[in-house]
Amino acid sequence: MAKTLAEKLLSLASGIDVKAGDIAVARVGLAFVQDTTGPLTLKEFEKAGFEKLTNPKRTALFLDHAAPSPNRQQATDHIGMRNFAARYGARLYDIGEGVCHQLVAEELARPGEVIVGADSHTVTAGALGAFATGMGSSDIAVVFGLGETWFRVPETIRVAVSGVFQKGVSAKDLILHLIGLIGADGATYKSLEFGGDVVASMPMTGRITIANMAVEAGAKVGLFPSDEVTRGFLATYGREADYQPLVPDSDAVYERVVAIDASSLEPTVSRPHAVDNTALAKDLKGIKIQQVFIGTCTNGRLEDLEAAAAILRGKKRHPGTRLVVAPASRRVLLAAMEKGVITTLVEAGAAIVTAGCAACLGLHQGVLGDGEACLSTANRNFLGRMGNPEAFVYLASPETAAATALRGDITDPREVL
Amino acid sequence: MLKGRAFKFGDAISTDHIAPGRLAHLRSNLPELAKHVLEDADPTFASRVKAGDFVVAGENFGLGSSREHAPLIIKMAGVSAVLAKSVARIFFRNAINLGLPVLICDTDKIDDGDELEVDLEKSIIKDKTNGSELTFGQIPPVMRRILDEGGLLPYIKKYGGFRVNSKS
Repeated sequence: MAKTLAEKLLSLASGIDVKAGDIAVARVGLAFVQDTTGPLTLKEFEKAGFEKLTNPKRTALFLDHAAPSPNRQQATDHIGMRNFAARYGARLYDIGEGVCHQLVAEELARPGEVIVGADSHTVTAGALGAFATGMGSSDIAVVFGLGETWFRVPETIRVAVSGVFQKGVSAKDLILHLIGLIGADGATYKSLEFGGDVVASMPMTGRITIANMAVEAGAKVGLFPSDEVTRGFLATYGREADYQPLVPDSDAVYERVVAIDASSLEPTVSRPHAVDNTALAKDLKGIKIQQVFIGTCTNGRLEDLEAAAAILRGKKRHPGTRLVVAPASRRVLLAAMEKGVITTLVEAGAAIVTAGCAACLGLHQGVLGDGEACLSTANRNFLGRMGNPEAFVYLASPETAAATALRGDITDPREVL
Repeated sequence: MLKGRAFKFGDAISTDHIAPGRLAHLRSNLPELAKHVLEDADPTFASRVKAGDFVVAGENFGLGSSREHAPLIIKMAGVSAVLAKSVARIFFRNAINLGLPVLICDTDKIDDGDELEVDLEKSIIKDKTNGSELTFGQIPPVMRRILDEGGLLPYIKKYGGFRVNSKS
Protein backbone atom coordinates (compact mmCIF):
# COMPACT_ATOMS: atom_id res chain seq x y z
CA MET A 1 0.00 0.00 0.00
CA ALA A 2 1.33 3.44 -0.94
CA LYS A 3 1.95 5.59 2.13
CA THR A 4 2.26 9.20 3.17
CA LEU A 5 5.13 10.08 5.47
CA ALA A 6 2.79 9.99 8.49
CA GLU A 7 1.56 6.51 7.54
CA LYS A 8 5.13 5.30 7.02
CA LEU A 9 6.37 6.68 10.34
CA LEU A 10 3.49 5.29 12.39
CA SER A 11 3.72 1.92 10.63
CA LEU A 12 7.42 1.81 11.57
CA ALA A 13 6.77 2.78 15.19
CA SER A 14 3.76 0.49 15.71
CA GLY A 15 5.11 -2.51 13.83
CA ILE A 16 1.85 -2.88 11.93
CA ASP A 17 0.77 -1.61 8.55
CA VAL A 18 -1.44 1.40 9.30
CA LYS A 19 -3.23 3.92 7.14
CA ALA A 20 -5.03 7.21 7.82
CA GLY A 21 -7.91 6.74 10.27
CA ASP A 22 -6.40 3.69 12.01
CA ILE A 23 -5.37 3.72 15.66
CA ALA A 24 -1.72 2.90 16.30
CA VAL A 25 0.07 2.18 19.56
CA ALA A 26 3.53 3.50 18.79
CA ARG A 27 6.91 3.03 20.44
CA VAL A 28 8.27 6.42 21.43
CA GLY A 29 11.89 7.20 20.55
CA LEU A 30 12.22 10.39 22.57
CA ALA A 31 10.02 12.06 25.20
CA PHE A 32 10.60 15.39 26.86
CA VAL A 33 9.18 18.17 29.02
CA GLN A 34 10.12 21.77 29.69
CA ASP A 35 9.96 23.89 32.80
CA THR A 36 6.37 25.13 32.45
CA THR A 37 4.83 21.70 31.72
CA GLY A 38 7.43 19.49 33.41
CA PRO A 39 6.49 19.93 37.07
CA LEU A 40 2.92 18.69 36.44
CA THR A 41 4.21 15.80 34.29
CA LEU A 42 6.62 14.64 36.98
CA LYS A 43 3.88 14.82 39.60
CA GLU A 44 1.58 12.73 37.39
CA PHE A 45 4.37 10.23 36.67
CA GLU A 46 4.71 9.57 40.38
CA LYS A 47 0.93 9.66 40.95
CA ALA A 48 0.54 6.97 38.28
CA GLY A 49 2.78 4.76 40.38
CA PHE A 50 5.65 4.43 37.90
CA GLU A 51 8.92 3.60 39.58
CA LYS A 52 11.30 4.08 36.69
CA LEU A 53 11.64 5.62 33.25
CA THR A 54 11.31 3.15 30.39
CA ASN A 55 14.15 4.82 28.55
CA PRO A 56 16.09 7.33 30.68
CA LYS A 57 18.63 8.13 27.96
CA ARG A 58 15.77 9.14 25.67
CA THR A 59 13.91 11.13 28.33
CA ALA A 60 14.86 14.80 28.51
CA LEU A 61 14.02 17.67 30.85
CA PHE A 62 14.67 21.20 29.61
CA LEU A 63 14.91 24.39 31.67
CA ASP A 64 14.34 26.92 28.91
CA HIS A 65 11.01 28.74 29.22
CA ALA A 66 11.74 30.67 32.41
CA ALA A 67 15.50 30.39 32.48
CA PRO A 68 17.30 31.78 34.39
CA SER A 69 14.30 31.75 36.69
CA PRO A 70 12.52 35.11 37.01
CA ASN A 71 10.89 34.36 40.36
CA ARG A 72 10.84 32.20 43.45
CA GLN A 73 8.09 29.82 42.28
CA GLN A 74 9.78 28.92 39.01
CA ALA A 75 13.17 28.65 40.68
CA THR A 76 11.56 26.06 42.94
CA ASP A 77 9.99 24.27 39.96
CA HIS A 78 13.52 24.08 38.50
CA ILE A 79 14.80 22.42 41.67
CA GLY A 80 12.10 19.76 41.34
CA MET A 81 13.09 19.05 37.75
CA ARG A 82 16.80 18.83 38.54
CA ASN A 83 16.04 16.43 41.39
CA PHE A 84 13.81 14.26 39.20
CA ALA A 85 16.49 14.03 36.50
CA ALA A 86 19.09 13.00 39.06
CA ARG A 87 16.81 10.46 40.72
CA TYR A 88 15.55 8.73 37.56
CA GLY A 89 18.58 9.22 35.33
CA ALA A 90 16.90 11.46 32.74
CA ARG A 91 18.85 13.93 30.63
CA LEU A 92 18.77 17.43 32.04
CA TYR A 93 19.41 20.57 30.00
CA ASP A 94 19.88 23.42 32.45
CA ILE A 95 19.51 27.18 31.90
CA GLY A 96 21.38 28.71 28.98
CA GLU A 97 21.62 25.50 26.93
CA GLY A 98 18.81 26.71 24.69
CA VAL A 99 15.23 26.12 23.60
CA CYS A 100 14.13 22.48 23.89
CA HIS A 101 13.14 22.18 20.22
CA GLN A 102 16.46 23.55 18.99
CA LEU A 103 18.36 21.14 21.25
CA VAL A 104 16.16 18.24 20.14
CA ALA A 105 17.09 19.05 16.53
CA GLU A 106 20.80 19.50 17.30
CA GLU A 107 21.34 16.56 19.63
CA LEU A 108 18.48 14.13 19.88
CA ALA A 109 15.94 13.77 17.06
CA ARG A 110 16.37 10.80 14.74
CA PRO A 111 14.61 10.44 11.39
CA GLY A 112 11.95 7.72 11.52
CA GLU A 113 11.18 7.81 15.25
CA VAL A 114 8.22 9.07 17.23
CA ILE A 115 8.98 12.09 19.42
CA VAL A 116 6.54 13.45 21.98
CA GLY A 117 6.99 16.48 24.17
CA ALA A 118 4.89 18.39 26.66
CA ASP A 119 5.06 21.42 24.40
CA SER A 120 2.96 22.14 21.34
CA HIS A 121 6.00 23.11 19.25
CA THR A 122 7.38 19.58 19.53
CA VAL A 123 6.25 19.40 15.88
CA THR A 124 9.58 21.14 15.13
CA ALA A 125 11.41 17.81 14.82
CA GLY A 126 9.20 16.90 11.86
CA ALA A 127 11.87 18.84 9.96
CA LEU A 128 14.16 15.83 10.45
CA GLY A 129 11.59 13.26 9.35
CA ALA A 130 10.45 12.29 12.85
CA PHE A 131 6.77 11.89 13.80
CA ALA A 132 6.98 14.63 16.41
CA THR A 133 4.01 16.06 18.26
CA GLY A 134 3.01 17.92 21.40
CA MET A 135 0.93 16.41 24.18
CA GLY A 136 -0.15 17.29 27.68
CA SER A 137 1.45 16.33 30.94
CA SER A 138 -0.66 13.18 31.57
CA ASP A 139 0.16 11.72 28.16
CA ILE A 140 3.87 12.42 28.59
CA ALA A 141 3.90 11.00 32.13
CA VAL A 142 2.47 7.76 30.73
CA VAL A 143 5.04 7.73 27.91
CA PHE A 144 7.81 8.19 30.49
CA GLY A 145 6.51 5.10 32.29
CA LEU A 146 5.41 2.89 29.39
CA GLY A 147 7.55 3.98 26.43
CA GLU A 148 4.55 4.05 24.12
CA THR A 149 1.39 5.97 23.35
CA TRP A 150 -1.60 5.82 21.04
CA PHE A 151 -2.27 7.85 17.91
CA ARG A 152 -5.00 8.12 15.38
CA VAL A 153 -3.07 7.98 12.09
CA PRO A 154 -3.72 11.40 10.55
CA GLU A 155 -4.92 12.21 7.06
CA THR A 156 -2.35 14.27 5.17
CA ILE A 157 -2.42 17.62 3.44
CA ARG A 158 0.48 17.76 1.00
CA VAL A 159 2.06 21.21 0.60
CA ALA A 160 3.90 21.31 -2.73
CA VAL A 161 6.24 24.28 -3.03
CA SER A 162 7.72 25.26 -6.39
CA GLY A 163 9.56 28.32 -7.72
CA VAL A 164 12.34 30.36 -6.10
CA PHE A 165 12.24 32.69 -3.09
CA GLN A 166 12.69 36.35 -3.98
CA LYS A 167 15.41 38.29 -2.21
CA GLY A 168 14.24 39.22 1.29
CA VAL A 169 11.71 36.38 1.40
CA SER A 170 12.33 33.24 3.44
CA ALA A 171 10.83 30.10 4.98
CA LYS A 172 9.02 32.16 7.63
CA ASP A 173 7.11 34.04 4.95
CA LEU A 174 6.14 30.72 3.37
CA ILE A 175 4.69 29.25 6.56
CA LEU A 176 2.92 32.49 7.55
CA HIS A 177 1.43 32.62 4.05
CA LEU A 178 0.27 28.99 4.31
CA ILE A 179 -1.38 29.53 7.71
CA GLY A 180 -3.10 32.66 6.40
CA LEU A 181 -4.31 30.61 3.44
CA ILE A 182 -5.69 27.55 5.24
CA GLY A 183 -6.46 29.13 8.63
CA ALA A 184 -5.49 28.44 12.23
CA ASP A 185 -7.62 25.29 12.15
CA GLY A 186 -6.98 24.46 8.49
CA ALA A 187 -5.01 21.32 9.34
CA THR A 188 -6.57 20.32 12.69
CA TYR A 189 -5.84 16.61 13.44
CA LYS A 190 -3.95 16.36 10.11
CA SER A 191 -0.39 15.85 8.99
CA LEU A 192 1.08 18.68 6.93
CA GLU A 193 3.61 17.09 4.59
CA PHE A 194 5.99 19.42 2.76
CA GLY A 195 7.49 18.64 -0.64
CA GLY A 196 8.39 20.05 -4.03
CA ASP A 197 11.55 21.56 -5.54
CA VAL A 198 11.87 24.34 -2.98
CA VAL A 199 11.65 21.89 -0.10
CA ALA A 200 14.15 19.48 -1.66
CA SER A 201 16.83 22.17 -1.67
CA MET A 202 15.75 23.97 1.51
CA PRO A 203 18.40 23.97 4.26
CA MET A 204 17.47 22.46 7.61
CA THR A 205 17.07 25.84 9.30
CA GLY A 206 14.18 26.72 6.97
CA ARG A 207 12.62 23.29 7.38
CA ILE A 208 12.74 23.74 11.15
CA THR A 209 11.03 27.15 10.92
CA ILE A 210 8.22 25.66 8.85
CA ALA A 211 7.72 22.44 10.82
CA ASN A 212 7.76 24.47 14.05
CA MET A 213 4.66 26.39 12.98
CA ALA A 214 2.63 23.44 11.64
CA VAL A 215 0.72 23.45 14.94
CA GLU A 216 -0.38 27.03 14.25
CA ALA A 217 -2.58 25.57 11.50
CA GLY A 218 -3.80 22.98 14.02
CA ALA A 219 -1.69 20.14 12.58
CA LYS A 220 -0.66 17.08 14.56
CA VAL A 221 2.65 16.96 12.71
CA GLY A 222 4.56 18.94 10.07
CA LEU A 223 6.71 16.49 8.16
CA PHE A 224 9.67 16.80 5.84
CA PRO A 225 11.40 13.98 3.99
CA SER A 226 14.65 12.70 5.44
CA ASP A 227 17.17 13.22 2.64
CA GLU A 228 20.69 14.46 1.92
CA VAL A 229 19.94 17.79 3.61
CA THR A 230 19.01 15.81 6.73
CA ARG A 231 22.14 13.69 6.48
CA GLY A 232 24.27 16.82 6.15
CA PHE A 233 22.60 18.46 9.15
CA LEU A 234 23.09 15.37 11.33
CA ALA A 235 26.72 15.11 10.20
CA THR A 236 27.33 18.70 11.37
CA TYR A 237 26.44 17.56 14.88
CA GLY A 238 28.39 14.31 14.66
CA ARG A 239 25.22 12.25 14.30
CA GLU A 240 25.40 10.89 10.75
CA ALA A 241 24.79 7.39 12.15
CA ASP A 242 21.24 8.52 13.08
CA TYR A 243 20.42 9.12 9.42
CA GLN A 244 17.98 7.03 7.43
CA PRO A 245 16.31 8.14 4.19
CA LEU A 246 12.52 8.51 4.35
CA VAL A 247 10.25 9.79 1.61
CA PRO A 248 6.52 9.45 1.00
CA ASP A 249 5.45 7.04 -1.74
CA SER A 250 4.83 8.80 -5.05
CA ASP A 251 1.28 7.41 -5.21
CA ALA A 252 0.37 8.09 -1.57
CA VAL A 253 -3.20 9.23 -0.98
CA TYR A 254 -3.61 12.82 0.18
CA GLU A 255 -6.71 14.48 1.54
CA ARG A 256 -5.74 17.58 -0.35
CA VAL A 257 -2.74 19.15 -2.11
CA VAL A 258 -1.94 22.82 -1.58
CA ALA A 259 0.38 24.21 -4.26
CA ILE A 260 2.47 27.27 -3.41
CA ASP A 261 4.65 29.20 -5.84
CA ALA A 262 7.53 30.54 -3.74
CA SER A 263 8.34 33.11 -6.46
CA SER A 264 5.06 34.89 -5.77
CA LEU A 265 5.60 35.18 -2.00
CA GLU A 266 6.36 38.53 -0.39
CA PRO A 267 7.44 39.41 3.16
CA THR A 268 4.44 38.42 5.28
CA VAL A 269 3.31 39.42 8.76
CA SER A 270 0.75 37.94 11.19
CA ARG A 271 -1.20 40.69 12.88
CA PRO A 272 -2.62 40.64 16.42
CA HIS A 273 -4.10 38.45 17.86
CA ALA A 274 -4.13 35.45 15.51
CA VAL A 275 -1.42 33.74 13.49
CA ASP A 276 -3.76 33.37 10.49
CA ASN A 277 -4.47 37.13 10.47
CA THR A 278 -1.81 37.69 7.81
CA ALA A 279 -0.95 40.68 5.61
CA LEU A 280 2.00 41.78 3.48
CA ALA A 281 4.66 43.79 5.29
CA LYS A 282 4.51 46.48 2.61
CA ASP A 283 0.84 47.09 3.46
CA LEU A 284 1.54 47.62 7.17
CA LYS A 285 3.91 50.54 6.77
CA GLY A 286 3.43 53.19 9.43
CA ILE A 287 2.52 50.79 12.26
CA LYS A 288 4.87 51.81 15.07
CA ILE A 289 6.77 49.06 16.86
CA GLN A 290 8.25 49.61 20.33
CA GLN A 291 10.11 46.29 20.55
CA VAL A 292 11.60 43.92 18.00
CA PHE A 293 12.32 40.41 19.27
CA ILE A 294 14.59 38.14 17.25
CA GLY A 295 15.00 34.58 18.47
CA THR A 296 13.00 31.48 19.54
CA CYS A 297 12.72 27.93 18.22
CA THR A 298 11.11 29.40 15.10
CA ASN A 299 13.84 31.86 14.09
CA GLY A 300 16.70 31.97 16.58
CA ARG A 301 19.31 30.00 14.63
CA LEU A 302 22.64 31.24 13.29
CA GLU A 303 21.23 31.79 9.79
CA ASP A 304 18.42 33.92 11.28
CA LEU A 305 20.82 36.07 13.31
CA GLU A 306 23.06 36.42 10.23
CA ALA A 307 20.10 37.54 8.10
CA ALA A 308 19.27 40.20 10.69
CA ALA A 309 22.91 41.25 11.07
CA ALA A 310 23.27 41.67 7.29
CA ILE A 311 20.55 44.32 7.42
CA LEU A 312 21.72 45.99 10.65
CA ARG A 313 25.49 46.00 9.94
CA GLY A 314 26.97 49.47 10.51
CA LYS A 315 23.56 50.92 11.39
CA LYS A 316 21.62 51.69 14.57
CA ARG A 317 18.18 50.61 15.67
CA HIS A 318 15.50 53.29 15.57
CA PRO A 319 15.63 55.22 18.88
CA GLY A 320 11.99 54.40 19.61
CA THR A 321 12.41 50.67 19.02
CA ARG A 322 14.11 48.31 21.45
CA LEU A 323 15.82 45.27 19.95
CA VAL A 324 15.97 42.05 22.00
CA VAL A 325 17.89 39.08 20.61
CA ALA A 326 17.83 35.55 22.09
CA PRO A 327 19.90 32.86 20.36
CA ALA A 328 18.05 29.53 20.17
CA SER A 329 20.91 27.62 21.81
CA ARG A 330 24.31 27.93 23.39
CA ARG A 331 25.82 26.52 20.18
CA VAL A 332 24.06 29.20 18.16
CA LEU A 333 25.35 31.87 20.56
CA LEU A 334 28.92 30.59 20.31
CA ALA A 335 28.83 30.38 16.51
CA ALA A 336 27.30 33.86 16.29
CA MET A 337 30.07 35.20 18.55
CA GLU A 338 32.78 33.54 16.48
CA LYS A 339 31.37 34.98 13.27
CA GLY A 340 31.04 38.50 14.68
CA VAL A 341 27.27 38.41 14.33
CA ILE A 342 26.72 39.20 18.02
CA THR A 343 29.11 42.16 17.77
CA THR A 344 27.20 43.51 14.77
CA LEU A 345 23.86 43.17 16.56
CA VAL A 346 25.13 44.74 19.80
CA GLU A 347 26.69 47.62 17.86
CA ALA A 348 23.30 48.15 16.22
CA GLY A 349 21.76 48.52 19.68
CA ALA A 350 20.55 45.00 20.45
CA ALA A 351 20.15 43.66 23.98
CA ILE A 352 21.32 40.04 23.91
CA VAL A 353 19.57 37.75 26.40
CA THR A 354 20.14 34.16 27.50
CA ALA A 355 19.79 31.39 24.93
CA GLY A 356 16.28 30.08 25.58
CA CYS A 357 12.64 31.01 25.06
CA ALA A 358 13.16 34.53 26.45
CA ALA A 359 10.34 36.98 25.70
CA CYS A 360 8.34 34.60 23.48
CA LEU A 361 5.73 33.54 26.01
CA GLY A 362 5.65 36.55 28.24
CA LEU A 363 7.47 35.32 31.33
CA HIS A 364 10.52 37.58 31.29
CA GLN A 365 13.26 39.26 29.22
CA GLY A 366 11.00 41.56 27.21
CA VAL A 367 7.45 41.59 28.59
CA LEU A 368 5.49 44.35 26.84
CA GLY A 369 3.96 47.45 28.43
CA ASP A 370 0.32 48.54 28.08
CA GLY A 371 -0.50 49.53 24.52
CA GLU A 372 2.91 48.54 23.17
CA ALA A 373 3.49 46.61 19.95
CA CYS A 374 6.21 44.03 19.36
CA LEU A 375 7.31 42.57 16.07
CA SER A 376 8.64 39.12 16.87
CA THR A 377 10.18 36.25 14.95
CA ALA A 378 8.32 33.77 17.20
CA ASN A 379 5.40 31.55 16.30
CA ARG A 380 2.45 32.85 18.30
CA ASN A 381 0.74 36.22 18.77
CA PHE A 382 -2.35 35.38 20.82
CA LEU A 383 -3.84 38.00 23.13
CA GLY A 384 -1.57 38.18 26.16
CA ARG A 385 1.11 35.99 24.63
CA MET A 386 3.99 38.28 25.52
CA GLY A 387 2.82 38.78 29.09
CA ASN A 388 0.30 41.57 28.66
CA PRO A 389 -3.24 41.34 27.27
CA GLU A 390 -3.07 45.11 26.62
CA ALA A 391 -0.18 44.65 24.15
CA PHE A 392 0.02 43.71 20.46
CA VAL A 393 2.25 41.10 18.81
CA TYR A 394 3.13 40.89 15.11
CA LEU A 395 5.00 37.89 13.69
CA ALA A 396 7.47 38.03 10.82
CA SER A 397 10.83 36.83 9.46
CA PRO A 398 14.22 37.89 10.87
CA GLU A 399 14.69 40.04 7.75
CA THR A 400 11.43 41.94 8.36
CA ALA A 401 12.30 42.18 12.07
CA ALA A 402 15.70 43.75 11.35
CA ALA A 403 14.25 46.19 8.80
CA THR A 404 11.57 47.16 11.32
CA ALA A 405 14.17 47.70 14.06
CA LEU A 406 15.96 50.15 11.74
CA ARG A 407 12.92 52.16 10.72
CA GLY A 408 10.76 51.95 13.85
CA ASP A 409 7.64 50.93 11.96
CA ILE A 410 6.78 47.73 10.12
CA THR A 411 9.09 47.63 7.11
CA ASP A 412 9.34 45.37 4.07
CA PRO A 413 12.99 44.23 4.20
CA ARG A 414 13.34 44.69 0.43
CA GLU A 415 13.36 48.43 1.14
CA VAL A 416 16.60 48.17 3.06
CA LEU A 417 18.41 45.32 1.32
CA MET B 1 -26.87 13.58 33.60
CA LEU B 2 -24.86 16.82 33.71
CA LYS B 3 -26.74 20.00 34.67
CA GLY B 4 -25.71 23.62 34.77
CA ARG B 5 -25.63 27.03 33.13
CA ALA B 6 -24.00 27.94 29.84
CA PHE B 7 -21.10 30.41 29.83
CA LYS B 8 -20.75 31.49 26.23
CA PHE B 9 -17.39 32.28 24.56
CA GLY B 10 -16.45 33.11 20.98
CA ASP B 11 -14.15 31.50 18.41
CA ALA B 12 -10.42 30.82 18.81
CA ILE B 13 -10.24 30.88 22.60
CA SER B 14 -6.58 29.96 23.09
CA THR B 15 -4.83 28.32 26.01
CA ASP B 16 -3.39 31.80 26.68
CA HIS B 17 -6.96 33.05 27.29
CA ILE B 18 -7.60 30.07 29.57
CA ALA B 19 -4.32 29.83 31.52
CA PRO B 20 -2.14 32.81 30.57
CA GLY B 21 1.60 32.25 30.20
CA ARG B 22 2.29 35.25 32.44
CA LEU B 23 0.87 33.16 35.31
CA ALA B 24 3.25 30.25 34.74
CA HIS B 25 4.67 30.86 38.21
CA LEU B 26 1.31 29.69 39.64
CA ARG B 27 1.35 26.33 37.87
CA SER B 28 2.64 24.55 40.95
CA ASN B 29 -0.14 26.22 42.97
CA LEU B 30 -3.18 25.04 41.02
CA PRO B 31 -5.92 26.41 43.34
CA GLU B 32 -4.37 29.86 42.91
CA LEU B 33 -4.03 29.44 39.12
CA ALA B 34 -7.67 28.28 38.92
CA LYS B 35 -8.80 31.66 40.26
CA HIS B 36 -7.65 33.07 36.90
CA VAL B 37 -9.33 30.52 34.61
CA LEU B 38 -10.35 32.07 31.27
CA GLU B 39 -9.37 35.46 32.67
CA ASP B 40 -8.26 36.96 29.37
CA ALA B 41 -11.54 35.96 27.68
CA ASP B 42 -13.89 36.94 30.54
CA PRO B 43 -12.38 38.34 33.75
CA THR B 44 -15.65 37.68 35.64
CA PHE B 45 -15.93 33.99 34.69
CA ALA B 46 -13.95 32.53 37.60
CA SER B 47 -16.03 34.33 40.21
CA ARG B 48 -19.39 33.47 38.60
CA VAL B 49 -18.98 29.83 37.52
CA LYS B 50 -20.58 27.16 39.74
CA ALA B 51 -20.18 23.40 39.96
CA GLY B 52 -21.86 21.72 37.01
CA ASP B 53 -21.78 24.71 34.64
CA PHE B 54 -20.69 24.48 31.01
CA VAL B 55 -18.13 26.33 28.93
CA VAL B 56 -19.84 26.86 25.56
CA ALA B 57 -17.57 28.09 22.76
CA GLY B 58 -17.26 28.52 19.02
CA GLU B 59 -14.62 27.19 16.63
CA ASN B 60 -11.13 25.90 17.51
CA PHE B 61 -11.48 26.09 21.29
CA GLY B 62 -8.22 25.58 23.18
CA LEU B 63 -5.79 26.25 20.36
CA GLY B 64 -2.16 26.88 21.15
CA SER B 65 -0.04 25.50 23.93
CA SER B 66 -0.01 21.89 25.19
CA ARG B 67 -0.36 23.11 28.78
CA GLU B 68 -2.65 20.63 30.50
CA HIS B 69 -3.21 23.30 33.11
CA ALA B 70 -5.81 24.81 30.73
CA PRO B 71 -8.37 21.97 30.87
CA LEU B 72 -7.27 21.21 34.43
CA ILE B 73 -8.29 24.59 35.82
CA ILE B 74 -11.52 24.54 33.80
CA LYS B 75 -12.29 21.25 35.53
CA MET B 76 -11.18 22.56 38.92
CA ALA B 77 -13.61 25.48 38.49
CA GLY B 78 -16.40 22.91 38.52
CA VAL B 79 -17.19 22.90 34.80
CA SER B 80 -18.87 19.60 33.90
CA ALA B 81 -18.21 19.71 30.13
CA VAL B 82 -16.90 21.93 27.35
CA LEU B 83 -19.25 22.35 24.38
CA ALA B 84 -17.77 23.77 21.18
CA LYS B 85 -18.23 23.81 17.42
CA SER B 86 -14.68 22.52 17.08
CA VAL B 87 -11.72 22.02 19.35
CA ALA B 88 -7.94 22.05 18.96
CA ARG B 89 -6.27 18.65 18.98
CA ILE B 90 -4.04 18.83 22.04
CA PHE B 91 -6.69 20.49 24.21
CA PHE B 92 -9.19 17.77 23.25
CA ARG B 93 -6.84 14.97 24.20
CA ASN B 94 -5.77 16.70 27.42
CA ALA B 95 -9.36 17.30 28.52
CA ILE B 96 -10.36 13.67 27.97
CA ASN B 97 -7.18 12.55 29.77
CA LEU B 98 -8.40 14.52 32.80
CA GLY B 99 -11.93 13.15 32.59
CA LEU B 100 -13.40 16.43 31.31
CA PRO B 101 -15.90 15.75 28.47
CA VAL B 102 -15.55 17.87 25.31
CA LEU B 103 -18.68 17.72 23.17
CA ILE B 104 -18.77 18.92 19.57
CA CYS B 105 -22.12 20.49 18.65
CA ASP B 106 -23.76 23.53 17.07
CA THR B 107 -23.30 25.95 19.95
CA ASP B 108 -25.03 28.79 18.02
CA LYS B 109 -28.27 27.27 19.34
CA ILE B 110 -27.25 27.96 22.95
CA ASP B 111 -27.30 31.41 24.57
CA ASP B 112 -25.24 32.68 27.45
CA GLY B 113 -26.93 31.81 30.73
CA ASP B 114 -29.16 29.02 29.32
CA GLU B 115 -29.82 26.11 31.67
CA LEU B 116 -28.54 22.90 30.06
CA GLU B 117 -28.86 19.18 30.71
CA VAL B 118 -26.40 16.85 29.02
CA ASP B 119 -26.97 13.11 28.68
CA LEU B 120 -23.60 11.58 27.79
CA GLU B 121 -25.12 8.13 27.19
CA LYS B 122 -27.77 9.30 24.72
CA SER B 123 -25.60 12.09 23.23
CA ILE B 124 -28.32 14.69 23.87
CA ILE B 125 -28.06 18.27 25.09
CA LYS B 126 -31.35 19.78 26.33
CA ASP B 127 -31.54 23.55 26.52
CA LYS B 128 -34.15 24.01 29.28
CA THR B 129 -34.25 27.76 28.68
CA ASN B 130 -35.23 27.75 25.00
CA GLY B 131 -36.62 24.22 24.87
CA SER B 132 -34.35 23.01 22.08
CA GLU B 133 -32.51 19.71 21.86
CA LEU B 134 -29.08 19.19 20.32
CA THR B 135 -27.02 16.14 19.59
CA PHE B 136 -23.25 15.99 19.73
CA GLY B 137 -20.65 14.01 17.79
CA GLN B 138 -19.45 10.70 19.20
CA ILE B 139 -16.20 10.81 21.12
CA PRO B 140 -13.85 8.32 19.36
CA PRO B 141 -14.05 4.89 21.11
CA VAL B 142 -10.42 4.91 22.28
CA MET B 143 -11.00 8.26 24.00
CA ARG B 144 -14.41 7.26 25.29
CA ARG B 145 -12.87 4.37 27.20
CA ILE B 146 -10.33 6.73 28.78
CA LEU B 147 -13.12 9.18 29.69
CA ASP B 148 -15.25 6.37 31.16
CA GLU B 149 -12.41 5.44 33.52
CA GLY B 150 -12.22 9.05 34.71
CA GLY B 151 -9.10 9.92 32.73
CA LEU B 152 -5.78 8.56 31.49
CA LEU B 153 -4.10 7.85 34.83
CA PRO B 154 -7.01 5.77 36.22
CA TYR B 155 -7.24 4.02 32.83
CA ILE B 156 -3.56 3.09 32.85
CA LYS B 157 -3.71 2.03 36.48
CA LYS B 158 -6.59 -0.30 35.64
CA TYR B 159 -5.27 -1.79 32.39
CA GLY B 160 -1.51 -1.32 32.73
CA GLY B 161 -1.27 -0.08 29.15
CA PHE B 162 -3.26 0.84 26.08
CA ARG B 163 -6.06 -1.60 25.23
CA VAL B 164 -6.69 -0.58 21.64
CA ASN B 165 -6.57 -2.17 18.24
CA SER B 166 -5.97 -0.54 14.88
CA LYS B 167 -9.66 -0.11 14.11
CA SER B 168 -10.82 1.48 17.34
